[in-house]
Amino acid sequence: MNKYTLGIDIGSTTAKLALVKDGELLVSRYERHLSRVREKTLELISDMVNEYGDKLGSESVGIALSGSAGLGLAEAAGIPFVQEVAATTELVRRRYPDANAVIELGGEDAKIIFFDKGIDERMNGSCAGGTGAFIDQMATLLDVTVEQLDEMSLRARRIYPIASRCGVFAKTDVQPLLNQGAAKEDIAASIYQAVVNQTIAGLAQGRKIGGRVLFLGGPLHFCAGLRRRFMETLKLSDDEALLPEEALCSVALGAALYATENGVCMTLSELRDKVASSGKSASTVSTLPPLFASKIEYEEFAERHARATAPTREAESYSGKAYLGVDCGSTTTKLILLSENKEILYSFYASNRGDPVDVIREQLIKIYDLCGDRIRICGSAATGYGEELIKHAFGVDLGVVETIAHYTAAQYFMPNVEFILDIGGQDIKCFRIRKGAIDSIMLNEACSSGCGSFIETFAKNMGYSAKEFAEIGLFAERPVNLGSRCTVFMNSSVKQAQKDGAEAEDISAGLSVSVVKNALYKVIRATSPEELGENVVVQGGTFMNDAVLRAFERELGRDVVRPAIAGLMGAYGAALRSMKLTESSLIKRESLDSFEHTSKAVVCKGCQNHCRLTVNRFSTGKSFISGNRCEKGLNGGKSIGSEDVPNLYEFKRKRITSLSYAADDGGDDTNKTRGTIGIPLALGVYETAPLWHGIFTSLGYRVVLSGMSTRATYEKGQFTIPSDTACYPAKLMHGHVAELCERGVDAIFYPCLTYNVKEEGSSNHYNCPVVAYYSELLAGNLECLGREDGDGGTRFFYPYLNVNSKRALTSELYKALGGRNSGLTRAQVRRAVNKGFEEYNEYMSAVRMEGERALDYARAAGRRVMILAGRPYHIDEEICHGVDKLAESLGFVVVSEDSVAHLAEAPHVRVLNQWTYHSRLYKAAAYAVAHPDTELVQLVSFGCGVDAITTDEVRRILEEGGKVSTQIKIDEITNLGAVKIRLRSLLAAIEK
Amino acid sequence: MPNYIQFTKKMKKDYTVLIPNMLPVHFDLIARVMRNYGIRAEVLHTTGPQIGERGLKYVHNDTCYPAILVIGQFIDAIESGKYDPRKVALVLFQTGGGCRASNYISLLRKALERAGYGYVPVISFSLAGIEKHSGFKTTLGMLHRMLYAVTYGDLLMTLSAQTKPYETNKGDAERLAESWSRRLAEEMGRRKLSYRRVIKNYRAIVGDFASIPKAMSSKPKVGIVGEIFVKFSPLGNNNLEDFLLSEGAEPVVPGLFDFCMYCVCNGIFDKELYGIGPIKALFSQAAYRFLLNKQRDLINVIKEEGSFRPITPFDEVVSLAEGFISYGVKMGEGWLLTAEMLELYHMGAEGVVCTQPFGCLPNHICGKGMMKPLKEAYPDLNIIAIDYDAGASAVNQQNRIKLMLAGLRRDDTTKTEKTSESNFSPELSESKL
Repeated sequence: MNKYTLGIDIGSTTAKLALVKDGELLVSRYERHLSRVREKTLELISDMVNEYGDKLGSESVGIALSGSAGLGLAEAAGIPFVQEVAATTELVRRRYPDANAVIELGGEDAKIIFFDKGIDERMNGSCAGGTGAFIDQMATLLDVTVEQLDEMSLRARRIYPIASRCGVFAKTDVQPLLNQGAAKEDIAASIYQAVVNQTIAGLAQGRKIGGRVLFLGGPLHFCAGLRRRFMETLKLSDDEALLPEEALCSVALGAALYATENGVCMTLSELRDKVASSGKSASTVSTLPPLFASKIEYEEFAERHARATAPTREAESYSGKAYLGVDCGSTTTKLILLSENKEILYSFYASNRGDPVDVIREQLIKIYDLCGDRIRICGSAATGYGEELIKHAFGVDLGVVETIAHYTAAQYFMPNVEFILDIGGQDIKCFRIRKGAIDSIMLNEACSSGCGSFIETFAKNMGYSAKEFAEIGLFAERPVNLGSRCTVFMNSSVKQAQKDGAEAEDISAGLSVSVVKNALYKVIRATSPEELGENVVVQGGTFMNDAVLRAFERELGRDVVRPAIAGLMGAYGAALRSMKLTESSLIKRESLDSFEHTSKAVVCKGCQNHCRLTVNRFSTGKSFISGNRCEKGLNGGKSIGSEDVPNLYEFKRKRITSLSYAADDGGDDTNKTRGTIGIPLALGVYETAPLWHGIFTSLGYRVVLSGMSTRATYEKGQFTIPSDTACYPAKLMHGHVAELCERGVDAIFYPCLTYNVKEEGSSNHYNCPVVAYYSELLAGNLECLGREDGDGGTRFFYPYLNVNSKRALTSELYKALGGRNSGLTRAQVRRAVNKGFEEYNEYMSAVRMEGERALDYARAAGRRVMILAGRPYHIDEEICHGVDKLAESLGFVVVSEDSVAHLAEAPHVRVLNQWTYHSRLYKAAAYAVAHPDTELVQLVSFGCGVDAITTDEVRRILEEGGKVSTQIKIDEITNLGAVKIRLRSLLAAIEK
Repeated sequence: MPNYIQFTKKMKKDYTVLIPNMLPVHFDLIARVMRNYGIRAEVLHTTGPQIGERGLKYVHNDTCYPAILVIGQFIDAIESGKYDPRKVALVLFQTGGGCRASNYISLLRKALERAGYGYVPVISFSLAGIEKHSGFKTTLGMLHRMLYAVTYGDLLMTLSAQTKPYETNKGDAERLAESWSRRLAEEMGRRKLSYRRVIKNYRAIVGDFASIPKAMSSKPKVGIVGEIFVKFSPLGNNNLEDFLLSEGAEPVVPGLFDFCMYCVCNGIFDKELYGIGPIKALFSQAAYRFLLNKQRDLINVIKEEGSFRPITPFDEVVSLAEGFISYGVKMGEGWLLTAEMLELYHMGAEGVVCTQPFGCLPNHICGKGMMKPLKEAYPDLNIIAIDYDAGASAVNQQNRIKLMLAGLRRDDTTKTEKTSESNFSPELSESKL
């Protein structure tokens, strides 16, 4: 056995070394490797040789390697490899035998190890990025260092809900908070809380973390605030939360301990030579042709694009009228001042540093000073995510929908533009223009945000500025083929490429190609350049990167126009739109010096939604409230407009929730009840509730439905969800069942329905696997449920039923209720089933009648109809996030797909039309096509596998019928900002 | 009036019928059977990143990974220049059912249309007779032969999996499996079908594998279960079997026969649970018995010889799921997936890798959803779920599998010898069927 052992841990971002003597740590090192894995390791080893070479002399050292980026080196240098979690386990078993659990966060991995009842090691799956790299990204977003972020989090007063599934989602939540002016301290703590929730939900999955818990890994070592969030969430006392000194290099230390028995033996200098000579392992990575074959090719390219410029003029030499455009984007703020002749007098493009109001205030002062007495601002317009905020803060005259602003700008460069692709810091927007109007808008959904900030983050991780990174990519010889997926996956693809020895320039070029492919195939879903048309304008900050531009032209096989002001197009368009004005209400120079902006968080009490509002107050006396889903709370609780505008979502919600038994219902003799049956109001129950209600009340049971979902419902069940890629409506189910258990019902009922109710016009009538069988999963994963025989926990009752035959349903239900032992007769059950169907049919026809009433109402009132097409469960406010109310506030009469499906024939579809819910979508789309005043917006739950099939078909039906197709992907995120832009763009498009 | 392009009798003469590659051995034999019936069938053995890329281009990216690969492989083949696109037809196997996988055919047709090959006929191969193609008729005789393609395939797969980790001369098992697969293919093309001959072949195969020189060592057995395509296809699971082998484990993969039996079983359960399809249920009953006997014969041959771990009889596999998941879960791999995890556990596999395409709907329930109850019942069971996807990196997947393997090795050293014998005596569930 060796006296000395050395453990080397090469993680995704850092390299760690630990030298151990007789089981005691002698020295350790921890450094970022900036993806230069071999070089950094060699450097650290060389340091070790210099320091300890003399002392150890020819003594041989046991050596082992660990870490996700260390595998390649281990193979090349012939050093034993120990998986990093196994190394941690090794460490804890030897040094902390009394620990009950370990939580270890790394650069890109999260791990939990339980030590009670045998070792149970868990690691995050491939779709879970909330780790060290995520915290880095968030710090960048807030324009602070990680240390500052940590320090701020300790001063937080409240926690905002931030989606905790993966980094990309969380970003989508953080951005609007920033734009709405929420306090950075609170956001910092909320980000940490998201990491905590994700780690616990994703890894512990219901297993309790308690006792003595060890915190390991870089992020937990450095961030006291993060530790505090973990301790508060897990209710750990200071004695129970252990932070060992060697937390930083725990894996390296574990590897060193592992090396005691399993290491390879050599002297330190031998090791150094071995690593030095290991060289690059043979590359197996697939590569693409270089972006430019030669310098000349690049010069031609650069020259061609240099031609697309907008005229500029020195502000000093101009006097007269001017127009201001402000684009307050999600990460950047852009301003443009135009002369009367559309010359650019001033432009600005920079990160909004998490405080766009302040950035714009500074800029306005600068612009006013530039204008002096010569230039008079006659009009101003704002666009982008922060449009409303900026408008209110500074008295900007116009608000322009983002898409319209971009179209206006693009038209200036290419009057006959047919397609605009904008890749910004956070989002991808594309729109197709037909006959002078935007007729199709595609935005990246929450999961595919492979955009500008994504390349930037990678650049930073590899030690480059975004600009340098783009430049080195231009002439990369062998760009890596990284595929076209979301950020989280990209991280691991890049890791793999690095392992295979790809250089930074190859990765840079590869990432550019990925961003382009992501936009083309995932967002636009194009298969050929013809689909985009002849005249394409590309814009957005990301296209300022020549590598991305080149990759796009390559992929498309044709030249496109990139205006020189590609990053400023929104502001440019806004300024152009404001040129129709003559007098501006923009804040005056005098008021800017004393301008102040405060924001306060409050909870709206307007309805049970309890929206968390941010109230922004400006020293000008104006205020702006954001975070609201409807207009109600803004007007002292009174709803705007008349109450009787039909809204099918509201109608259905009221009908369904009214079914639940309430104690004060009266008229129900308690002695007669056979017991209380709880039914979770989730998934299919949103439609079948009347059926079950009818059946069970007729049998003498009380039926209690869990309430509408809230964020709290989700949180209640969050820790029992075994599959983090399931859809949000399914995840909510856990909370509903837990709630019913808490309410003490006698039994919970959610049947398995392979087949849904048969309706006309489809070839089969399946439920999707999740709706059909979720009970099986609940039974196995929720502690509060007993099995069917009722051992411990609430009785859970989930028979397999056939709802298409009263006879079959009767006999199955009779059997499931216990047959003869139930004290019921078959005839009673038969009558109950009849009663159930009566209620169900009555409900379904009420929905259809209300649908017709809504249509009549809309036509009489001359209003547009929106078919908000989803599934029955999309009426839940926590699932649809109040999109129906948003649509209503934009002037639409909202109907649901099931309320109008009966008014249209089933259209021909090219896929198997075999799910009941989905066949209604097709019919509803056919209805929209047949009626000029009707638009269809499809709600798609993230993770809905079936919708991967239906969305393309619905889009085809709509587009062939000359309609604008709009799909809104929803998940746990509550960012309505993006949805609003889409709906407003839709409005703008149809009004044109 | 079918709204798809038929594969006509005329086409049969000079069209090449392409089959996607899920299980190399099985599908080669199946193709051979088709050729017997005058269909110029050919299994695609192509690999490479361009397959996934083709797929991503023509199929909605949120669709399951197998669809992306299968369709990508077809389009890649058509565009390879190896075939005349006007003289090619494609065949896909279809089981129908509530999983979105039943849409592969439609997705393939849409993809072909978008790629400009809308004229290529797509044949749906299904027992349910979802579509009709005059040039492609599935007869009982053909199905009967295909049955042996499946049993031969399973046998070769099982035996080489049990030999590979221990063989003294690397590649022996692989070579033997290849030579047998060629021999069987040839025989299927020539001879009349004789069951005696089949049994004789079983014996010869088992004998041949038994005579491969092996070093006796104990390696942890790691089972592979999951969505059928990523479970079997190296293209889908980043060569999972090879990876496990290289990590010093013995991969154990339950065969394709089980899945066929599972499909038959569902015809029986449909009647039991919902009272639908009474006639289909009768046929299914008969088919089930027939198939079970065929499997028993195969198992007996393996047992007779004695040096290999026999395949678990399907009725035993069925009974294992009891109490964990209902037989009503019939979308995707349904209850079979849960049953197979248990089968592997009981036959002594120390670890199980549950593979699924990213976001696979049925596996939320019968895979990931069942892990907690299974672990509660059998605390020493190690299961890990791995998602496969066009963008998921192999490093990430391998690192997680390595973690599980590290755990197994530790268990090995700390625990007293775990008997690999099954201590489980299942009650035959024939009565229930």
